[in-house]
Amino acid sequence: MKIKKNIAISDSGFIFNPSTGDSFSVNPIGLEIIKQLKEEKSGDEIKKHILKTYAIDEATVEKDFYDFLKMLEQNKLSAENEKVN
Amino acid sequence: MEPTTLIAQPPVKDKKGKRRKITVAVTGLNAIDSPGPGVAVIRALRESSEYEVRIIGLSYETLEPGIYMHELVDKTYQIPFPSAGIDNIYERLEYITSVEKIDVLFPNFDAELYNFIKMADKLKQELSIHTFLPTMDQFEARHKSNLVEYGKKNGISVPNSKMIFSTAEIPSLTKEFTYPMVVKGKFYEAAIAYNPDQVASHFNKISAKWGLPIIIQQFVHGAEVNVCAIGDGKGNTIGAVPMRKQYITDKGKAWAGIALDDEKLLEETRKLFAATKWRGGLELEYIKTSDDEYYLLEINPRFPAWVYLTVGCGQNQPEAYVKLALGESVQPMTKYDVGKMFIRYSWDMIVGLDEFEKISTLGEL
Repeated sequence: MKIKKNIAISDSGFIFNPSTGDSFSVNPIGLEIIKQLKEEKSGDEIKKHILKTYAIDEATVEKDFYDFLKMLEQNKLSAENEKVN
Repeated sequence: MEPTTLIAQPPVKDKKGKRRKITVAVTGLNAIDSPGPGVAVIRALRESSEYEVRIIGLSYETLEPGIYMHELVDKTYQIPFPSAGIDNIYERLEYITSVEKIDVLFPNFDAELYNFIKMADKLKQELSIHTFLPTMDQFEARHKSNLVEYGKKNGISVPNSKMIFSTAEIPSLTKEFTYPMVVKGKFYEAAIAYNPDQVASHFNKISAKWGLPIIIQQFVHGAEVNVCAIGDGKGNTIGAVPMRKQYITDKGKAWAGIALDDEKLLEETRKLFAATKWRGGLELEYIKTSDDEYYLLEINPRFPAWVYLTVGCGQNQPEAYVKLALGESVQPMTKYDVGKMFIRYSWDMIVGLDEFEKISTLGEL
């Protein structure tokens, strides 16, 4: 999945979608994921990074990561025609 | 009366580069919970880089807040309501111009536009007052009751709508519409109805206030997005800023909003200006569906009360209006700051009784 190019992301975790005017707040992990998606890293790369950095099991990462991507998609923050991978 | 010679292409700044002094008469000073655009327009003109404006307020009622905002309005004159007719309004303007030299008249209400459009030539020729209004055809064609036809003619998607004149027509609406539907007044107000009883209730409430017909419009699911824009009357878009309401009052008015980056919406706007050759300011109300399709709900034939956001975003559209009214060429403004917001607030002014007395008895302040 890719994040839309025009989405503004601040270091505090404030996300602004200039196409819809919607804004969101994400926690530090969410921010890390969004930033990596913006750098066009793959889902597997991001999940590996989370598993390596944080004390968490693979099943939880898999589930939470998928939920988070779904949320991004529902809120129209993901680039068009890009499905959750 | 001999027609006054008009200055063509007047210089905006003098030789020293100072802002040129002009006088602009502005209506819509009712900065209330359903605000007129006048105060926002005046703020925009006060911030003009090209004009030093003297503002003449034109009011209808004695409690319009703008009358008492002396830092914004230099002098206010009460004028007759639009229903008083063209002759009475013209007579009043004739009196005002015997005291003030008005360069530009800047009307801000839908209801007064008919009269001002009708008398625009006379105002220019006999009182040297410039306006920049839509033509009567443009003004009439975009009425809510004509919008479906307007959409077809200009290639714009508009939700199906029809006029009804009696509650007896409600049962047969389901032949053309599905619930929910929007029940709209001729000039103002709209409500969503989910069944025939609600349509009847809104019909009675709205028609009692604004008269007939009532317009039934197919409800379209999606987010409402608006555009504040100005056209030069030749098909060019001089400025356009899209906005989404973030906080809406119980009257459906924006109390906060944010400028959007929406190229498709801007393209729709440019398409509309190119097709209609709209002359002057307007507000376009669209619904954007989840499939990113746009349906035009309404064209308000004047700037909206949130027009000051365009200034905040870098497009002084009221200034452009004045320039166009004075016959000066204006380059299209294509850039604006995305993400700029406006947040409206209310403010209690303390006003001496003597001021209220003056506007009430003399019709001037």
